[in-house]
Amino acid sequence: MTNLATPSLIPERRARSQAWWNAVNAWLLLLPAAVLLVAFTHWPILATIRHSLFITKRNGNEVFVGADSYQAMGGDPIFWKALVNNFWFALGTIPTSIALALIMAVWVNRNMRGRGFLRLAYFTPTVLPMIAVANIWLFFYTPDYGALDQLRGLFGLGGWNWLGDPSTVMGCLIVMVIWKEAGFFMIFYLAALQQLSPDLDEAASIEGASRWYTFRRITFPLLMPTTLFVAINAVINSFKLVDHLVIMTKGGPNNASTLLLYYIYEVAFTFQDSSYAATLTVVLLMLLSAIALIKFGYLDRRIHYQ
Amino acid sequence: MLMVAALAVLSMGARPAAAVDLTMYYPVAVGGPVTKIIDDMVSRFEKDNPDVKVTAVYAGNYTDTMTKAMTAMKGGQPPQLSVLLSTDVFTLMDENAIVPFDDLVSDKAWFKEFYAAFMANGQVDGKTWSIPFQRSTIVLYWNKDAFKEAGLDPEKAPASWDEMVEMSKKLVKKDGANTTRWGVEIPTTGYGYWMLQALAIENGQKMMNEAGTEVYLTAPKTVGALDYWVDLSRKHNVMPTGSIDWATLRTDFLEGKTAMMWHTTGNLTAVKDAAKFQFGVAMLPAKERRGSPTGGGSFYIFKSASPEQQKAAVKFIQWMAAPERAAEWSMKTGYVAVSPAAYKTKAMEDYAKGFPQATVARDQLEHAVPELSVHENGRIYKFVNDAVQAAVTGSQKPQEALAAAQAQSDRVLRAAK
Repeated sequence: MTNLATPSLIPERRARSQAWWNAVNAWLLLLPAAVLLVAFTHWPILATIRHSLFITKRNGNEVFVGADSYQAMGGDPIFWKALVNNFWFALGTIPTSIALALIMAVWVNRNMRGRGFLRLAYFTPTVLPMIAVANIWLFFYTPDYGALDQLRGLFGLGGWNWLGDPSTVMGCLIVMVIWKEAGFFMIFYLAALQQLSPDLDEAASIEGASRWYTFRRITFPLLMPTTLFVAINAVINSFKLVDHLVIMTKGGPNNASTLLLYYIYEVAFTFQDSSYAATLTVVLLMLLSAIALIKFGYLDRRIHYQ
Repeated sequence: MLMVAALAVLSMGARPAAAVDLTMYYPVAVGGPVTKIIDDMVSRFEKDNPDVKVTAVYAGNYTDTMTKAMTAMKGGQPPQLSVLLSTDVFTLMDENAIVPFDDLVSDKAWFKEFYAAFMANGQVDGKTWSIPFQRSTIVLYWNKDAFKEAGLDPEKAPASWDEMVEMSKKLVKKDGANTTRWGVEIPTTGYGYWMLQALAIENGQKMMNEAGTEVYLTAPKTVGALDYWVDLSRKHNVMPTGSIDWATLRTDFLEGKTAMMWHTTGNLTAVKDAAKFQFGVAMLPAKERRGSPTGGGSFYIFKSASPEQQKAAVKFIQWMAAPERAAEWSMKTGYVAVSPAAYKTKAMEDYAKGFPQATVARDQLEHAVPELSVHENGRIYKFVNDAVQAAVTGSQKPQEALAAAQAQSDRVLRAAK
C-alpha cells in the first residue's frame, strides 16, 4: 500500500485520487471487523439498554416502564448479594492468581530437568473442559468422602460440608478458580520472560545487583504490559463464571455463591424474565466499562512499553 | 462419510410418507439407568406405531428441562411434548405454551383412570393440562441393619416426629469428633420447598391457595415445620448441619452414612438394586397428621405443535400411561404407577408380593396433598429454597428466613392476581 513515488514528482490530481483510494481501501479492509463489532457488540448493547426500559406482556406487547426495573433492582436483595459476592470473588481470585502465575513462570523459565513436564502440569487446568473441572473439584469438596475430608480424617477431624456452608463455599470456589487461572496466566508471563533481553540481566549482575533486586527493578517493570493484560483478563473472568456454579452449588446455599452473571442467567432462563435480565446486564456492562476506563485512562500511561 | 450421508437421506426417504416427528424433553431427578428405560420404551412405541417418530431428549433435572423447553419455545423451535414438573402448569399457561388435553381427546373418561391426587395438580379452570407420568410422593427409607445394631425394632419405622428424633438419637454413631452415621437426613438443595411442604402438611398447614396466587410461609405452623427441621441438626444433633445435597443423599444412605433418609419414591429401584443391607420404606412420620405433597413430572403438549403432531403426541402419551407400561415404569424406577389399574396387572401384583416396599408411596396418596404450585413458580421455589438453606445453615432463624421469602413472594405474586 505504500506510495513509493515522492509527492513532488506526481501531479496534484493524481496524489489526491491516490489518497482517496487509500481511504476506500482502508475502510474496505476494516469493514469485516467493523460489521462484526457492530453486530455482536454495539448493537446488542444498545438493544439491551432499550430492553431494560420495557417489559414484555404475555400477549407479546412491549410496554415502556422507564426506570421501573432499575428501581426493582435496587430493592432486590439477591442482586445486592450477587454484587457483593462478585466483589469478594474478584478480590480473592485476581491478585493471587496473577502472583502465582508470575512465580510459576519465573520458576519454569530457568534451565532445569523436567521443565517441559512442569510447564505442561501447570497448564493442564486451562485445557480441561469447565464441566470436568467442576466435577474434579466436587471430588475434593464432597463432605465425608471428598479428598479434603479424607485428609481431615487423618488428623482426627470430623467431616466438613465445604460447599454446603455459606462461610466456606466462596473460599472453595476461589481456590478452584485460582488453580485454573494461574496456569493460564503463566503462559503469558513465560512468553514475556522469554522476550526479555538477557543483556539486562548480565549488566545487572556485572553491577553486582542481587537476583531479587534485578527482578524487582528490571524484570518486573518490564513485565508490566503483560501484567496489565493478564489483570484485565482476570477481571473479565471473575465476572464470567457460570458453568462451575451450575454444576457445584447452583448459587447456594442461600445465594452465598451467587455471582452476577449466574443471577442474570437464572433470571433470564429459569424465570424467563428477559427485561429484568437486561437491567442486570446493563449493570454488569457499566461495571466492566468502568474497569476498561481505568485501564486506558490511568494504568496504560504509567506502564513502560518496550 | 458420503456413504453414511447418502444412507441417512435414503432411510429418511424410506419412512412412510405420513410419518410425524415428535421431540420430547424429559428430566431425570433420581438414580438408575433412567435414560435407557425411556429409550427402550420409546423404541417399542415406534415399533407399534411406525407412523410416529419420537426423539426423546434428556434435558437435565426438572429446572433444567423447563429452562430448555421455555428457551427453545422462545427461540422458535419448541418440543411438541415434554415431561415437566406437574407444578409448572401455571407458568406454562401464563406463557401460553400448552394446550389442554380436553381439546385433543374425545373420550374424557380417560382422565378418570388416573389417581385423583395426581390429576389435581394438572387441572386448572376445569381443564386438564397435563397427564401424570413419573409421579411420586416423599417416603422415608430406613436401614434395617442399622436399626438392629442400635437396638431398635428393625421392622418399625418412626410414626411421629418425636419418635423420629428419639430413634435418630439412638442411631447416631460417633468416632471421636467424627460422626460416622447420622440418624436422619432430609435434602435441602434442589427441592427444599418440597420437603418443607411435607413438614408443613404434617404440621397441619397448607402452603398455597388453589388459585396459585398466595403462599403461606409465615403461618406459625409453616415456621414450626422449619423449626423442627433445623432442630434435627442444631438441637438434637441427629442430622448434619449445612445443606444436604439432593443428588448425593442416596449415596449417603447406601453407604450407611445415614440410617434414614427422606427422598422421592422415584429412587426406590435404584436403592433396591444397590443396597447391601436390608431396608424398609415407610410413609413420612406424622405431627398433627400424616402427609406428603405429591411430586414429579407429567406430560404436557405444546400449543405450537401442528394438529397432526398433537394427535400423535396424545397417542404416545396414551401408550406410555397405559396400565402395563405404568406398572413397568414403576417397577423399573420406583415412581408411583399413575393409575389403580396398573397395580392390578399381574406383573405388578407379583412384584409387590415379593417387594412390599413398592406400594408404600401409593398407599400414602391417601394422605397426599398437591405439590406447591403457583404463578411464577420458578421464582417462588427459589425464595423458599433460599429460606430453607438460610435456616439449615444457621445464617437466619426460620422465622426471619421465611418472613423474607414471604415478602419476596408477595411482591412477585402481586402481578399474578
